[in-house]
Amino acid sequence: MSFFPMAKTVLKSMFKKPVTRRYPFVVRPYFKNTRGKIKVDINLCSFCGICQKKCPTAAIKVGRNEKKWRIDRLRCIACGYCVDSCPKKCLSMENEYSKPVIDRTKDIY
Amino acid sequence: MSKRTIIPFGPQHPVLPEPIHLDLVLEDEKVVEAIPKIGFIHRGLERLVEKKDFLDFVYVAERICGICSFIHGLTYCVALEQIMKIEVPPRSQYLRTIWSELSRIHSHLMWLGLIADAFGFESLFMHCWRLRENILDIIEETTGGRVIFGSAKIGGVRKDIAEDKLAEIVAKLGIYEREIREITNVFIKDSSVKHRLVGVGVLTKDEVYKLGAVGPTLRASGVAMDMRKLGYAAYNKINFEPIVETSGDSYSRCQVRIRELFQSIDIIRQCVSKIEEGPIEAAVTGLPNGEFFARTEQPRGEVIYYAKADGTRFLKRLRVRTPTFANLPALIKMLKGCELADVPVLVLTIDPCISCTER
Amino acid sequence: MIEEQKIIKILVGDLPKKSEEFYCGGFRLAQICCAQLDEGWELSYSFDNNFEFVSLRFFVNSIESVIPSISHIYWSSFIYENEIADLFGLKFKDIAIDYKGSFYRTQVKQPFSRPKQKKPEAK
Repeated sequence: MSFFPMAKTVLKSMFKKPVTRRYPFVVRPYFKNTRGKIKVDINLCSFCGICQKKCPTAAIKVGRNEKKWRIDRLRCIACGYCVDSCPKKCLSMENEYSKPVIDRTKDIY
Repeated sequence: MSKRTIIPFGPQHPVLPEPIHLDLVLEDEKVVEAIPKIGFIHRGLERLVEKKDFLDFVYVAERICGICSFIHGLTYCVALEQIMKIEVPPRSQYLRTIWSELSRIHSHLMWLGLIADAFGFESLFMHCWRLRENILDIIEETTGGRVIFGSAKIGGVRKDIAEDKLAEIVAKLGIYEREIREITNVFIKDSSVKHRLVGVGVLTKDEVYKLGAVGPTLRASGVAMDMRKLGYAAYNKINFEPIVETSGDSYSRCQVRIRELFQSIDIIRQCVSKIEEGPIEAAVTGLPNGEFFARTEQPRGEVIYYAKADGTRFLKRLRVRTPTFANLPALIKMLKGCELADVPVLVLTIDPCISCTER
Repeated sequence: MIEEQKIIKILVGDLPKKSEEFYCGGFRLAQICCAQLDEGWELSYSFDNNFEFVSLRFFVNSIESVIPSISHIYWSSFIYENEIADLFGLKFKDIAIDYKGSFYRTQVKQPFSRPKQKKPEAK
């Protein structure tokens, strides 16, 4: 039967720096592989519509005639299926999440 | 003369991680009966198979639960691979095993923190979750997401882990193991923790088997049953034995989970030493036709996925039987005859994951 | 997973007798599943003993038929049977703890029942 097994941990944490970060003054650096926003290079896009078919949440809408590519950021789950299946390789995934928004608008390119 | 009162417990309670409702019938502080009711987060996910392609449904299956998310996606893939007779390459089997064990470690660390919070030991709760952050960082470096991995796919896995990354993971786990051992020492030896857990909620070996309990609840009473011995993913090439304790009370359930933590770190070391080079995915052709019961071991117990397909792109029926659903009768049996102050601790010892239970 | 999974087709009336045979053989109840097909409902009761997995399967034609409960043999089956009664609308007889429709709180009663495509055959 030990005497105060928690004592060692308590003494260590009294003398160490706090583990928590003072967000928003100190921001955690993102990892290289983190899944984040989808970015499109609109000059390379051929408006074929494959990304719209593959998207599991129907967040992407492609207008072939009016040459517009729309994404609803709130519906996107950052799975990367569209990035894998684009034939022109114009979609890429950044490693930062989309920032919080106040109203629901779509991004149109 | 003792008076009977009925007290509603839940769905909102500071100790419950997820909403469940229990009507407790009390006679002077002793619980006589407990009647559960569920349905607060029923999302009807089993009906969604009729609208989503069977390939796209992996994303929905992963989001059934936040804690055991990778193993849900993995079991769905295993069920469909057996129906369509797809052979998964060995490298992706090892990668799946590594991610499953990382899931198990972070789930058990989270549970240790919650049980410490249930009997009021808040600083221990914060230390357990601080250690859990390190594991979540490893997972984010390798798959991209902290909780929802997004790396299960029918036919293999979506992302690969490089060799030097694997060596780095093993080195980091060695450092974390020392810190985890210090913290779990408190659970095993501290007298205030023992006072709350020993002798509370005892279930004998016979009772717990007949009630159909699964997972650590079953193994803490002496029954050695672990679905990882079936040999899915790469488990048939790894040496390990199911961890069993014999007392059957809350203290032994706590001990089973702590020992499983260290066993998982050992399994990851074995996987990294045995992993082979090769492709990480197999091609998927054709449509599924047939049915299969896929069984795997989540951190909370045995999960059964029943998939029935009839040759179209949409599955006919998908039924998920989660471990918390099977542990509910054991919980009701445990609650009979205990004190009112022990109810939160007992509800937490079966590790309730209600969002799994109600899909 | 290379295990053998046996599915045995039975009639509704044989269910209590067969479950008792499994109970005496040391099997535990793994799960009860219900699937709605075009012609009716198909129920599967699965039992497991030391990784040996066997399922009993039977068919129910109309929503009025009453299925015998096995909760006097396997007490834990009451939650599965209450769940199927609340989600699909099938009726069970003599469940150990019968919630009579209030186990699963949903806004729409019996959310998984769908109107059938063809009319069932008149018996």
